[in-house]
Amino acid sequence: MRTWVARHADPNFEAVRGCVTHTEYAYSVTMSVKHGLLALLERAPMHGYQLRVAFEESTGGTWPLNIGQVYTTLSRLERDGLVRPLPENDSGQQPYEITDAGRTDLTLWFTTPISRTDRPRDELAIKLALALTTPGVDVRAVVQTQRGATMRTLQEYTRLKVRADSPGDLSWRLVLDAMLFQAEAEVRWLDHCEASLVRYTPPAVPEVAAGTDADAHVLPEVTR
Amino acid sequence: MSVLELRDVHRIHGTGEAAVHALHGVTLTVAAGELVAVMGPSGSGKSTLLNLAGGLDRPSRGEVVVDGTALGGAPRRALAALRRRRIGYVFQDLNLLASLTAAENVALPLELDGIGVRQARRLALSALSEVELDGYGQRFPDEMSGGQQQRVAIARALIGQRRLVLADEPTGALDSQTGEAVLRLLRSKVDDGAAGVLVTHEARHAAWADRVVFLRDGIIIDASDPLVQPERLLTASGGAA
Repeated sequence: MRTWVARHADPNFEAVRGCVTHTEYAYSVTMSVKHGLLALLERAPMHGYQLRVAFEESTGGTWPLNIGQVYTTLSRLERDGLVRPLPENDSGQQPYEITDAGRTDLTLWFTTPISRTDRPRDELAIKLALALTTPGVDVRAVVQTQRGATMRTLQEYTRLKVRADSPGDLSWRLVLDAMLFQAEAEVRWLDHCEASLVRYTPPAVPEVAAGTDADAHVLPEVTR
Repeated sequence: MSVLELRDVHRIHGTGEAAVHALHGVTLTVAAGELVAVMGPSGSGKSTLLNLAGGLDRPSRGEVVVDGTALGGAPRRALAALRRRRIGYVFQDLNLLASLTAAENVALPLELDGIGVRQARRLALSALSEVELDGYGQRFPDEMSGGQQQRVAIARALIGQRRLVLADEPTGALDSQTGEAVLRLLRSKVDDGAAGVLVTHEARHAAWADRVVFLRDGIIIDASDPLVQPERLLTASGGAA
């Protein structure tokens, strides 16, 4: 309970409380918070607020963490024996340190490639697939609306990258590059969808037409 | 202040049944200090738009105004002078003259414009320095890498008092780092007050622009608003994308 009170007495708590994860890509990163915190604790023991600040610094502020998210994750890590609490400091803040089991888990994370199947379903692909098979939906308009929005995101990441020009910004620039390349891939895919739509003739009866038009299968296959 | 204006511009190649309507009533304004990217599939009219904006082609209908001069009504000689002095071109095909050194290539538009050889050479070396090609002035194009040649072409496009810079796939087949350097130069020239139009099919390159215009079948189907705050991506209170 004491920790809970200390946490809510944090002057920054109100400021960060409304700060949810924001980018399209953020949700996939939420899965990495656990290992992100373990990696930070490998540097040195830290309490929750320090971890939040260090996490944001490492990612250039791209993925602001809710302080509650930090404490929830710490609780789970403690439950799983991957971190252990240290005595509270004079301010009533409780630092945590990584355990040997935590180090093993962290090493495994760094050495194991991330599988795309571990990521959430691609809502955009599902949306387009359904747009194609829902009567009355202007699929090209759906594509264009999304492309405009993704293009704007790409522009904004580029602006941020232009500003991050000093050698010390490399880790932040690489994070931005990751987002840039993902957004670019999405635009390319949308271009591809548009080109496919130009050649697409909706089948009169979908069941009968299945298997006759390679282009018509591009989107429905995504749902499988 | 707008530097480039396309007013209801049409361009039809050929006549009769063979006529190809490359542009269908395109209206576009590009202000000083603004970089506009034009995207679209092959055959959508991107290059036609750029050629019209640069006075290299004339519209079948509509008007193109560059820096206050309506290109349609301008005499050929005045048009040529405008192209030399006010418009810089960076095209995929670099058009560097193989028999001239890098400095001579860059100085050429100035010399054609009557500026003395010595002064033109001095300005050319300075322009080469701006694109980080100090010491390369005496090299011939075939003694330079693709990225270096591209930078020479950019120095030539940006030399003098250019008000409008037109770039058609300026990064060509360059690797991503070199391509980015080219875009930084273009961005920097625009930030210094020129207007820029960048034709590209690469979204990552178009992202350097302030606005992105999408062309399809000779028609602008969408155009983004100018960017305001990239930081909005980082905070929910600023409104997520």
